Amino acid sequence: MRLMLALSALVLLLFVGSLTVGPAGFGGLSALWGGDGPMPLIMHEIRLPRALLGLMIGLSLGLSGAAMQGYLRNPLAEPGLIGVSSTAALGAVLAIHTGLAGAWMLGLPLAALAGAVIGVGLILLLAGPRGGSLTLILAGIALSAMAAALTSLVLNLAPNPWAANEIIFWMMGSLADRSMTHVWLALPLMVVGWLLLATTGRGLDALTLGEDTAAAMGIDMRRLRLVLVFGTACVIGAGVAVAGSIGFVGLVVPHLLRPLVQARPSHLLWASALGGAAMVLAADIAVRIMLPDGDLKLGVLTALVGAPLFLHLIYKTRRGLA
Amino acid sequence: MLGVALVFAGAAAMADTGADTPKRVVSINLCTDQLALMLADKGQLISVTKMSQDPRSSAMAEAANTVPANASRAEEVFAMNPDLVLAGAYSSYATVQMLQRLGVRVEVFKAASSMAEIRSGITRMGAVLGQQDRATEMLADFDAELARLSDAPAHRPRAALYFANGYTTGEATLTGQIVQAAGFANISSEQGFAAGGFLPLEKLALTNPDVVITGQPYRGASRAEAVMHHPVIERLKSRATVAAITDRDWVCGTPFVLRAVAEMRDLRLSMEPAK
Amino acid sequence: MTVLSLDHLSVRLRERAIFNDVSLSVSRGEFVGLIGPNGAGKTTLMRAALGLVPFSGDSSLAAMPLLQRARHAAWMPQTRDIAWPVDVDTLVMLGRVPHLSAAARPTDTDRAAVDDAIARMELEPFRHRTVTRLSGGEQARALIARTLAQDTPLLMADEPIAGLDPAHQIATMQVFAGLANEGRAVITSLHDLGLAARHCTRLILLGKGGIAADGPPETVLSPENLRDIFGLTAWFENTAQGPVFQPLKVIR
Repeated sequence: MRLMLALSALVLLLFVGSLTVGPAGFGGLSALWGGDGPMPLIMHEIRLPRALLGLMIGLSLGLSGAAMQGYLRNPLAEPGLIGVSSTAALGAVLAIHTGLAGAWMLGLPLAALAGAVIGVGLILLLAGPRGGSLTLILAGIALSAMAAALTSLVLNLAPNPWAANEIIFWMMGSLADRSMTHVWLALPLMVVGWLLLATTGRGLDALTLGEDTAAAMGIDMRRLRLVLVFGTACVIGAGVAVAGSIGFVGLVVPHLLRPLVQARPSHLLWASALGGAAMVLAADIAVRIMLPDGDLKLGVLTALVGAPLFLHLIYKTRRGLA
Repeated sequence: MLGVALVFAGAAAMADTGADTPKRVVSINLCTDQLALMLADKGQLISVTKMSQDPRSSAMAEAANTVPANASRAEEVFAMNPDLVLAGAYSSYATVQMLQRLGVRVEVFKAASSMAEIRSGITRMGAVLGQQDRATEMLADFDAELARLSDAPAHRPRAALYFANGYTTGEATLTGQIVQAAGFANISSEQGFAAGGFLPLEKLALTNPDVVITGQPYRGASRAEAVMHHPVIERLKSRATVAAITDRDWVCGTPFVLRAVAEMRDLRLSMEPAK
Repeated sequence: MTVLSLDHLSVRLRERAIFNDVSLSVSRGEFVGLIGPNGAGKTTLMRAALGLVPFSGDSSLAAMPLLQRARHAAWMPQTRDIAWPVDVDTLVMLGRVPHLSAAARPTDTDRAAVDDAIARMELEPFRHRTVTRLSGGEQARALIARTLAQDTPLLMADEPIAGLDPAHQIATMQVFAGLANEGRAVITSLHDLGLAARHCTRLILLGKGGIAADGPPETVLSPENLRDIFGLTAWFENTAQGPVFQPLKVIR
């Protein structure tokens, strides 16, 4: 399909672009294949993991955003907004500061996964199967606030004097100074999540007509719900564990791409995945261009784009309800 | 004329002895704690901060343990009825203001960021505590030792200082001065840092230093310190000589700074091929 | 051939018995109109038959595995949810979901079923229009087309013609009757007793916690049933243009 090719090309372009941008200067692609001097080290250990993580996390955020919106039949449902990223961050922070992450490598992503599962589960419980906008947003606010408060508490009680300032990373996200270790840490859970979410396409399509009809068309609603919960939790948990919460991607990308796939939820899944990857890679390039010697958090940029869109969506929803 | 001068001299001499020697001194800053412990009479210093009793951050931990600790709060300090409070430039402004409002004499000591500032700090502390003789002695020892250690080679090896959060320090800081006095060149200067600042990991990788100097990690884990385990740092460390700063010698402007200089100088000498 | 059989079906919701001990069977060729006053349990009966609400008793449909059930019966609920602004063609194609495996692309069979459904419901001019922008009646027709595209032996619809203009109401009833003639079975609930009388082959009257009457329209729409269950009097006659039924007065 033309859209898929176009988006894939865009992602590839941005991936290569991400490899060429950094404080060490533009270019340096050839150093990926070896060479003298410090550039190969920089490419392999700093830029490559950063680009890979941008790709993986962008895929995850776009995919899970489209899946949650399709399931809740609400264009405002995205993992960041409804608090799943915050609960995942809480899990990650607990793992790090209780020493679990230090003792067992997998402890970090699994703890974040647990946090994310609780988050998605609570949202579905609070908002109900047919996520009405108001209930959904309120539940999301409540969950985010609670998780952020508990995260701050853990960080302030931590023995390490640096810990208290970490909250910015967890809430705004950053890909700076990540290494291939983080890529390998996040990849297995993400792959599981991607596979799970990819199977929801049919069910989400059927849900266009409502729960009753979808059930009558042979969709196992309970299984769909479980797959959605775990799939989302896997990808969000893994992503947050290594990069903090990056918000709004799962909101903006499906919204922008929905008209291009004729609003079909199943097509929107992969389109959003690719679009999400493009958005995160683009944002990551932008933070390095805007503040080359600083550490501008990724979430700042995605929020600058996403928050106005969020307001616009709320406005539209209000007009629809009026 | 001479009579007037004599009167003034007499008055000055009288002011020097007895009347101006504080008897109940409280120090609320780690660095003033240590300097005061070194210069004060037994019983003159009645309280120091908790941090100065921690051997990790304080070179005078043993001496500090003989004196009660305070948490640098105005209320508890005032309750001790001090006639002099020693504070640092970064002590809580509110605390210092409150003590002054309550009529307590507070002497604020700027953090030393050069050898010259260490010397003036010692002099001032001596004056303030009424221990000028001891201060003069300490200065003499300090100068002699510093001269002994100052034999910088023509070609200075390049050192990179890298701490949590990617922070590096340049020549306008105490750590930078220590490294310079020991005979190293600081890569931060090459990068344009005068004082301290954030150095992106990529730029650090480009500098290829001969020595990598890091901080010692604190208890527990943190993201800020996580960067110290990045493969790039590990690789730089594997190719260079590695050293770690110890808070007790590097952070405060006391003569113990020279211990740090000596350590670094020894390191430099060990790096030179046998001539 | 039986497409649906219910045996001693009972449903209790929130401590209230909606209906008790309903037994019936529907065969190919039947166009069944499910009628009864508001709250009689028409919707609940159909949903229970499909296994969408808990029940006691037996339902041949609910006993089937999910996919087989979806290929056997198409269901159009009363709530006409359309979550996303898809076009009519895509919406009708959703009816093929039970026949398409997860990642499969639509085959010629699927396309043919969709085209047929769109033609039957006279939706050709709307094929590429966004469904959410159509009028209520047009949306209803698109949703009915979806059930047609599902191509099942049994079609169950809950008040499918509510909100349609008279011409389309009649046309839709004719489509359903046509399906029954072709050998399928259709069960719809409806309030328009006149249309029910003219097009359905069989009426099931639900009332007073169970089936009050079950049979051809002239038998079910007897004055006694109308009085006892609906509280109505009506004029019913088999004319040259077929049966004509008109409710007249309310009896308290």
